[in-house]
Amino acid sequence: MNTLLQKLAVDNGLILSFAIVGLVVFCSGFLSRKLTFGRVQGSAIAILIGLTLAYVGGRMTSGSKGLADLAFFSGLALMGGNMLRDFAIVATAFEVQPTEAKRAGWIGAVALLIGTFLPFIIGVSIAYAFGYRDAISLTTIGAGTVTYIVGPVTGAAIGASSEVITLSIAVGVFKAILVMVTTPMLAKFMRLKTPRSAMVFGGLAGTVSGVSAGLAATDRSLVPYGALVATFHTGLGCLLAPSLLYFIVRALV
Amino acid sequence: MPLYGTALLAGCHLTGILLGELLGRALGVQANVGGVGIAMLLLIAVRFHGHKHGWLQVKSEEGVNYWAALYIPVVIAMAMQQNVVKALSGGPMVLLTAIATVTACAGCVSFINRREVITADEAPKN
Repeated sequence: MNTLLQKLAVDNGLILSFAIVGLVVFCSGFLSRKLTFGRVQGSAIAILIGLTLAYVGGRMTSGSKGLADLAFFSGLALMGGNMLRDFAIVATAFEVQPTEAKRAGWIGAVALLIGTFLPFIIGVSIAYAFGYRDAISLTTIGAGTVTYIVGPVTGAAIGASSEVITLSIAVGVFKAILVMVTTPMLAKFMRLKTPRSAMVFGGLAGTVSGVSAGLAATDRSLVPYGALVATFHTGLGCLLAPSLLYFIVRALV
Repeated sequence: MPLYGTALLAGCHLTGILLGELLGRALGVQANVGGVGIAMLLLIAVRFHGHKHGWLQVKSEEGVNYWAALYIPVVIAMAMQQNVVKALSGGPMVLLTAIATVTACAGCVSFINRREVITADEAPKN
């Protein structure tokens, strides 16, 4: 019986994921209404449950893909992987009002630049305080602070040690998770209400995963505006970190 | 037919990712530069054109709207496969860096957004 279920789950991975996520969404909606009286959005609770399950899965398998590392739940890797995530993000563009996006385009670009420089500076400073002195390690950790893809791409380009690259990924992943969890709590403080404000947030918070989950848990109608800007984040970081930013750090230390 | 909408979405997605790859190559970057963002802009443009010239049917739009509605479930599946264990076990430097960055960026977002003048027609979003 057990092997039969296992086979069913592995052969129908994606379908099983739809059912599991549906169940989680249903439970979250219930908890949101009964426990918090609608004050905490159902999707925010669902994302928290998802992260908790990812932690449990990671502990059980010591793999890198959370719950998806358990053979029974391997379909989640497809459903929540980059391909379908990006496809769904592109689809949300159908709800964008072109006039809104155009009007806030320049401030989104400004936010994108600040969102690259500010995390980088913080990352480099803290790494310096923790005793790193060579430009390559400092730049790689700073780059990881931008997004968890910029870190390893930069590290590989300028020749950082694998230990430092691992650190830079950890910083980026933790930042993304922190953005997912704290965005709904900080939404009032950050004035996340309008398309423009979501574009500013998308530029500054970086990490498509953090922004997309954070906004999903805050206000679904803001998602396309934030994502539109955030998707340029990794590209910009990969462009600036191994070149301009590296040269600046090298000149300073 | 809804499939036309999904096929249109797929076309925009692939074209955007391809352009993002080419842009990355042209800039000498080992990453896709804004591919998803370019795909979104393409889809916005296609929808605008379709409405203006009347070739985009409501039935076809359903094929895009369904995927947009799947967005939140997909994000939840994404949350389920984050490397949370590694993120939490990174040591004090990792935790401190990420917390300081998120705090500083949230402060910046708040600062910029408080300068936005909200006019009557766009104020309540929900």
